[in-house]
Amino acid sequence: MTTPAGVAERLTSLVGALRAHGVRIGTGETVDAAQAVEALGLADRELLREGLAATLLHGNGQRQVFDPVFDLYFPRGVGAPEQKTAGRDDLRERLAAALTADDQVMMGRLAVEAVDGFGGYGSSPESDGWSSYQALERLRPQTLLARVRDNIRAQGGSSGFADRLLEDEIRRRIEAFRALVAAEARRRVAERRGRDEIARRAVTPTADRVDFLFAGKAQLAELRRAVQPLARKLATRLAARRRRASRGSIDLRRTLRGSLSTGGVPMKPVLRRRRPVRPELVLLCDVSGSVSGFSDFTMLLVQALHDQFSKVRVFAFVNRIDEVTGLLERGTADPEGLNARIEAEARLTAWHGSSDYGMALGEFAERYGDAVGPRTTVFVLGDARTNRSDPNLPAVRQIAGQARRVYWLNPEQRSRWGTGDSAAPAYAELVEMHECRTARQLSALVARLLPV
Amino acid sequence: MFTSVDDVSARLAETGYLASPAVATTVFLADRLGKPLLVEGPAGVGKTELAKAVAEVAGARLVRLQCYEGVDESRALYEWNHAKQLLRISAGRDETWDEARTDIFSEEFLLTRPLLTAIRGDDAKVLLIDETDKADVEVEGLLLEVLSDFQVTVPELGTISATRRPFVVLTSNASRELSEALRRRCLFLHIGFPEEEMERRIVRLKVPGLDEALARSVVRVVGALRAMDLRKVPSVAETIDWARTLLALGADTLDETVMQATLGVLLKHQDDVLKASAKLDLDTLDAL
Repeated sequence: MTTPAGVAERLTSLVGALRAHGVRIGTGETVDAAQAVEALGLADRELLREGLAATLLHGNGQRQVFDPVFDLYFPRGVGAPEQKTAGRDDLRERLAAALTADDQVMMGRLAVEAVDGFGGYGSSPESDGWSSYQALERLRPQTLLARVRDNIRAQGGSSGFADRLLEDEIRRRIEAFRALVAAEARRRVAERRGRDEIARRAVTPTADRVDFLFAGKAQLAELRRAVQPLARKLATRLAARRRRASRGSIDLRRTLRGSLSTGGVPMKPVLRRRRPVRPELVLLCDVSGSVSGFSDFTMLLVQALHDQFSKVRVFAFVNRIDEVTGLLERGTADPEGLNARIEAEARLTAWHGSSDYGMALGEFAERYGDAVGPRTTVFVLGDARTNRSDPNLPAVRQIAGQARRVYWLNPEQRSRWGTGDSAAPAYAELVEMHECRTARQLSALVARLLPV
Repeated sequence: MFTSVDDVSARLAETGYLASPAVATTVFLADRLGKPLLVEGPAGVGKTELAKAVAEVAGARLVRLQCYEGVDESRALYEWNHAKQLLRISAGRDETWDEARTDIFSEEFLLTRPLLTAIRGDDAKVLLIDETDKADVEVEGLLLEVLSDFQVTVPELGTISATRRPFVVLTSNASRELSEALRRRCLFLHIGFPEEEMERRIVRLKVPGLDEALARSVVRVVGALRAMDLRKVPSVAETIDWARTLLALGADTLDETVMQATLGVLLKHQDDVLKASAKLDLDTLDAL
């Protein structure tokens, strides 16, 4: 394969690429990885992958960054496959056979051929490349479902009860094939354009760095799973902060009174004892389609932090506002359907389905004004896009006047605030607005802003 | 201890532990690089079993530290046997203070707990620190000294270093984030749910009486359940339980009645049972 010197160089650039994606790797781990390479040899690529993952990574969330990067730096093969693809129908035929038999080695080989045969575009050396999208579009593996199903049934491979599972299983196999094609296309592109650049751009980030507004269904599901550990971490931090804060300052009056017995010399400082006040929290969440992933996630996080507050009330709005605290409490079991339930059971829209901050905030100030008091911290979650209606700044001013603090978390990039129908700058003048695009940012902000 | 990755899988298989390539590779490296192995993954996929299997293969003694909330130095490291010390003091009435003092802090009165036990002595040992995430953060600090230098400091006796390093396995269900410092000292291994083929082999190995075709269906149904979004998806331990149940019931194929009657073995929450039966087109489960 390569000389050992080449491997060391490749290993360090692999580490570099992982670091660029936020995986923290120290020099010690790199040395371990090199020892692992030495111990394992280069003959078996999958062993090497596991070995490097074991030495370089510290958590399972990093694996989805690691795998594609590894594929780039230690590719399965180099260049084009030796054998040229015969044709689309032939490839589909063989793919159907591989899917029927669940033959993963064959599927890997077919993915290579598919990209080579159908994924190439462009003709001049500067502009051409390889596209997994194009290859899959020509090949349409998803349309093989019925055929594979019939094949398996014909072979008697599935009968009776387990037959009900068959279609889902085949769908999962097809999904795996699509991932193989994507990895292969990345590799081919990387060969042409240089690994480092592709590693930087084409690898999906870890769940906590995914933009809320662009997260897919699977990524949102993963984010939801991340809520529990995240909440626990935040809760520990909050409790520690509260403990430290409660040690308090010196109570001068009582110290001096105590000093009378020692002739006015304050021998024993008396600390001011604070009444343990648990803060109250009010959440106003925009749950309209464009930002629903974000508020959904934040609601879950706050719900998981529930015992840190004496009272949490959650309100959801699109253009009308309604309290959903109860729904959220019952929703612990089923975060997946939370949004659907909120939509079904709360009155959030009137006349039209697009969000209207002015109307919703106005209604909140009017109907639920008493939810906000001097101990309440209010979080507003939303992109502040009012669809060109009146932003109703007086309502926000009123809420801000009643509450202890008001924070607005905006899942949009700061540079886009104020463009189009965004009323973000106007709101930002009244209340503190923070950009909050990823779970990482969210947890940092929550830890910083939550009252203790 | 091992000559190659294949050697690891082969010898673990002899003890009845079927290791995936990832598991075998990491165990091999942990042995070769002499680093502790941090194993994470859902409950019931064989994290603890792995440590036991390694101990059996190596012919080593398994020293286990079960972590829980509130486990502390005296439970993890060592303790002085106060009762025996008192006895010693009251037994020797006419000796001088100096003699008594030096005496009662000697090896004889030391109660070694798992971490110290694993370090002392020349025999081969596997140290299993189970459910590390359940312990408080302070215990992690304690582990750092043990895991990086394989030594423990007892103020009265001095520093005790390992003459022979134990093979260390830490397990965690990731219910609490372990500290970065601890993670850095370990090789990391995530054991997820096994591939279909692998799980079938595990089931066949653990439940020998089960018919091949039924084992196949069992693993497929479990695979389908895992793909659903459930509160607690069944893990390997549950698959094996289920296979045993089916064997005990004398079921030779899976059908609706058998599924309805036994779904509770696989799923531990009522909402999960309802969701799964809806997805699998089972009739409503009155029996449960």
